[in-house]
Amino acid sequence: MKINELIDSQSELTDTSSNRSAVVLMTRIRLARNLRKHPFPGWAKDAQKREIRDQCMQAVAALPQMKRGLAIPVESLDELQKQILVERHLISRELCHSKAGSGIIINKDQSCVVMVNEEDHLRIQVLRVGFQFKKVWATINTLDSNLEEHLDYAFSPKLGYLSACPTNLGTGMRASAMMHLPALVISAQMEKVVRAVGQLGMVVRGLFGEGSDASGSIFQISNQTTLGESEEQIIKHLHGVLTTIVDQELNARAKLLETDPKKIYDKIGRAYGILQNGYLLNSGEAMNLLSLIRLGIDLGVYADTQRGLIDRLFIECQPGHVQHAAKGAFEPGQRDVLRAERLRTEFAKMPPPDFSNTTN
Amino acid sequence: MANSLKCDLCVKPATVHLTQIVNNKIHKVDLCEACAQAKGVTDPSGFSLADLLLQSSLNPEPTGNIRCESCGFTQQDFKKTGRFGCPSCYDFFGSFLEPMLDTMHNGIAHTGKIPQRAQERKTIDERLNQLETDLNLAIKAERYEDAARFRDELSQARQTAGSKPLVK
Repeated sequence: MKINELIDSQSELTDTSSNRSAVVLMTRIRLARNLRKHPFPGWAKDAQKREIRDQCMQAVAALPQMKRGLAIPVESLDELQKQILVERHLISRELCHSKAGSGIIINKDQSCVVMVNEEDHLRIQVLRVGFQFKKVWATINTLDSNLEEHLDYAFSPKLGYLSACPTNLGTGMRASAMMHLPALVISAQMEKVVRAVGQLGMVVRGLFGEGSDASGSIFQISNQTTLGESEEQIIKHLHGVLTTIVDQELNARAKLLETDPKKIYDKIGRAYGILQNGYLLNSGEAMNLLSLIRLGIDLGVYADTQRGLIDRLFIECQPGHVQHAAKGAFEPGQRDVLRAERLRTEFAKMPPPDFSNTTN
Repeated sequence: MANSLKCDLCVKPATVHLTQIVNNKIHKVDLCEACAQAKGVTDPSGFSLADLLLQSSLNPEPTGNIRCESCGFTQQDFKKTGRFGCPSCYDFFGSFLEPMLDTMHNGIAHTGKIPQRAQERKTIDERLNQLETDLNLAIKAERYEDAARFRDELSQARQTAGSKPLVK
């Protein structure tokens, strides 16, 4: 598969609509793995990195799970292509900045990705829409075991999988969920949640990971520690915390509807108006408006059949995707115009809000 | 007002005092306003005390001068990057690392998945060690018949291990 085919083809995140994903948009697990007797990417010479990349990419691309996918060195991608992959949560910003000897392998439906020579030799990642830790863990565990038959991992019985950064030792696993928490944001409870989650040994980040903002009321919550507990224990612990947050969000929604329904209706209704009639929308504003429409769908104000579209627009309103859709006819400063145009077209087709049967 | 607390990261007086409880352990940091800003302490969505603790544990105490014999990575390099040079670094930096792991993680021993090959490697290593010990004991006790048997077994085990490309 070529990179442009991949960008234009259907993907797990943009084309799978799931009703069960009301609060949890996406589940993701990544594993950090390294090869024995080879320097970590940050310390390896360029020639060593290329040698490691060749070995890893060959092994990964040969896996049945990655069949008919894309395997490509990072340096052969242009800036826009890299940005699109970041916006789809397939690769990290860090990998985009890596100079030489890094690579990417993505499977056909864009649910499994392996980054080669990011911070570690291998960063294996599996993602699925909705709240599906069991399934994602089963998939990535098999992928990892299959890969291990062909690659000799650096492993210590005491410290587990050896990683470049000691914060990833042990399981090398980061499990995370992307959550849509508009009611907790509107009712100003998010700070409290962040603090509580931190006390439970979990981390809250914005939409695009470390240092990113939480536009669209979307947060990523993941485990902080990787050593001392088994993968299953970490996932179970995280699952418990996430379930509590889902309950908190649903309670906050019920409370908002009970105490001040007009305030919520107003926000949801205005979002529809702006999306239908706006001419200039930056990505932050678009995300926040789409977030309100998504809340409207959860509350029964808009039809549930629209959910797939909104989740797709969350990604397709990101700067790289807007630029890609413009197919070259693009001037600086035009992005907000094009984004608004796309949203006007989509929302012209969407039936108006119906507040008569709000549910929670 | 006398304020003797200095920022953990620089020399300015500390004005931000943060206490976080992670896994029932209390972690405290004192920072000046500039460092608190720079580290994102004031931004609840992007702050992780573990990362900061890692950073600050890299800072002072220019004690030991550990060097990885496998890749040449030094303690100074670790202070600069917060990353290690190669998997073997963990063999050399053990004593320096352990207190850090205790703060960073939920334990200091791996209890999760074990890759199949490492498992095989471990079994073979254990067998080799056992045979070596047996051999030495037998020689010491002048049980030469046993010693000869252990020697043969050992050389055979080494050969089997050597035919597998995975054993050191």
